[in-house]
Amino acid sequence: MFSPRMKLADIIAANHNIILLLPRFGIPLGFGEKSVREVCTAAGVPVDFMLLVCNLYTFDDYLPSIEEVSSIDMSLLVPYLKASHIYYTDERLPHIEKHIANIAERMNERTGSIFKQFYADFRREITDHFQSEERNEFPRLIALQQSQRPKGQNKRLSSKSHSNLVDTLNDLTQIVYKYLPGNVMPEETMELVFDILQLSADIQKHALIEEKILEPYVAWLERLQTQVEKEGRQR
Amino acid sequence: MKPLVSVLIVEPSEIIVEGLRTMLEQAGGYNLLAPMHDASSLEERLPVLRPDMLIVNPTLLDFSSKQQLAALSAARPKMSIVALVYQYIESGVMDNFKYVIDIRQTRSSVLSLLKTAVESTNITLRKENSPVDISDNYELSNREMDVLVLVAKGLSTKEIADKLNISVHTVNSHRKNITHKTGIKSVAGLAVYAMIHNLM
Repeated sequence: MFSPRMKLADIIAANHNIILLLPRFGIPLGFGEKSVREVCTAAGVPVDFMLLVCNLYTFDDYLPSIEEVSSIDMSLLVPYLKASHIYYTDERLPHIEKHIANIAERMNERTGSIFKQFYADFRREITDHFQSEERNEFPRLIALQQSQRPKGQNKRLSSKSHSNLVDTLNDLTQIVYKYLPGNVMPEETMELVFDILQLSADIQKHALIEEKILEPYVAWLERLQTQVEKEGRQR
Repeated sequence: MKPLVSVLIVEPSEIIVEGLRTMLEQAGGYNLLAPMHDASSLEERLPVLRPDMLIVNPTLLDFSSKQQLAALSAARPKMSIVALVYQYIESGVMDNFKYVIDIRQTRSSVLSLLKTAVESTNITLRKENSPVDISDNYELSNREMDVLVLVAKGLSTKEIADKLNISVHTVNSHRKNITHKTGIKSVAGLAVYAMIHNLM
């Protein structure tokens, strides 16, 4: 497990995927030999929160308890998750779509258009999913963090829809490297496969944070809120 | 060399875990993974640990253990799941388990039950006993292609069964084979597959 006194560069050497997380925290490259704690302090990021995410992305068997989570400054949870959504929707998904359009152009028209349609449907599905989270769960957490009673019923995040998204990405990878005609732009096809696998792994960790951190944390804050209100009434 | 059966024990009591571990080690043929004391992150860990057999105390599973069991099977389809019980457990819960060991059972009956559980689902052992089972035929059969096309067209399992004059159970087993062979789960993905292969 990573700790605040470790060098950020060492953490990235241990798991290079963490480099993709830095922009989501607003941490620029060029951090030299600084420790995680120093880099986080300079960027105004709670170091425990940053490490929580890095550990989740690195150690498959790491799952913190709610006691651990609730002792951490989680004020950046929603901004972090939103930044991840923006990275997926504004950078990765259009990038993958470009690859797919290039490859589809070289295929026969019918198969090419079906292939593009499959991806377009997926892109719409995942974008809708993110938007729904940003409309429902995120404002709810922000209200709770500001000690307000959030409006409306708590709509639980659907782990089913997360696993559906990952399944579709998996189907896409299978189709791309197993069933597309092998002579159509092999280099670009391989790049596409790596792009999708990378995105899929990233989204699986992202879903893990939403299901195993965000959700229990919201539930914990709600219990706290109810307790405070009860005590308020008794006084 | 016989392949070892990799076993994951999920049980809170160290006494029980140690007892079972000793029994399996003495019997041989089992490779014991580090035991877990609760089932909270079990589903995520299965793809990493890749056990052939899961021995789990049903009280650790969610109240609706059926759902969690389905999720566990989905996470590791070839794994056999065995319930480990030493107290009264509702029959509704127990019905979800095909294999059950009670800690009051004798050593030999526990081991023979585990052996049956392994043989019924585990592919490595079957491979060992009859090498002819290792087949290179990963391609879809004609019947599977028929089913795939109908799935891709959006027909329900029942509709497919009626159309092909086969049972719902058979359709489901074809569908399972299709997903197993192609690696594609979604209807939309199967539709793309069917188009690429000029099946529709």
